[in-house]
Amino acid sequence: MSDVSKTIRARPTSPHVQVWRWHLTAITSIMHRITGVALYGGTLILAGWTIALAFGPEAYASYMGLLGSPLGKLVMFGLSFAVFFHLAKGVQHLIWDTGLALKVPAANAGAVATLAFALVATVVVWIIAAMTGAL
Amino acid sequence: MTDFRTPRSRAQGLGAAGHGVSHWIAERVSSVALIPLVLWGVFAVLRLARSDYEMAVAWLASPVNAVLLALLAVVSLMHMHSGMRVVVEDYIHRRITKAGLLLLNLFVCALFGALALFSILKVALSGGAY
Repeated sequence: MSDVSKTIRARPTSPHVQVWRWHLTAITSIMHRITGVALYGGTLILAGWTIALAFGPEAYASYMGLLGSPLGKLVMFGLSFAVFFHLAKGVQHLIWDTGLALKVPAANAGAVATLAFALVATVVVWIIAAMTGAL
Repeated sequence: MTDFRTPRSRAQGLGAAGHGVSHWIAERVSSVALIPLVLWGVFAVLRLARSDYEMAVAWLASPVNAVLLALLAVVSLMHMHSGMRVVVEDYIHRRITKAGLLLLNLFVCALFGALALFSILKVALSGGAY
């Protein structure tokens, strides 16, 4: 019986990331994953809000105080961008999953649209927050 | 140690023909559900950011708000569990670390899902009595 394990070659590896020019599609793809991980924390913050509310007025007040602090607002600002970015990029991925818009120009246009939507929506939401006194 | 397994037996059930399809589809289904839920969630946060305790309790006492918030929490947790699982599987190759992180991911999502659901129900049904 021949030794089959000798017939297995090392798997081919991807070209090294540093020899590739950065594309908008690559950047937004990586940002999709980073914002997804950030939103992991964001969802836990949302869950924490329901828990604080269930614990009563004192717990709720201190939790809201934490979220309303400068650091809390910075985190909320980052999370609002992450929400809109991940949402838009996710929609592009859903479109790709149907087999559409996979050619480079369409993929680039989708990446630009994703960034534009995320930036505009984030600014609009914080303007609304400032106007309604939510800040 | 000699490995007597053939390449085929090693690959059997692990590739695209295996169980990965349901995981992939579940991630897409949850992402479709999250589009309206997250947009609703943004407006809910805008409203709740200027609410005190009584206003927040009254808001959550509405059946629509309670159910949508519960759905947002549960579907988000399912979706982020799938996503984080893929991230761990992509970057962590040491078997014991990978297994530990996958378990931690599942337990964190399940724990916070249970806590959030119970908390939402408690506030929505009791009107904030604690």
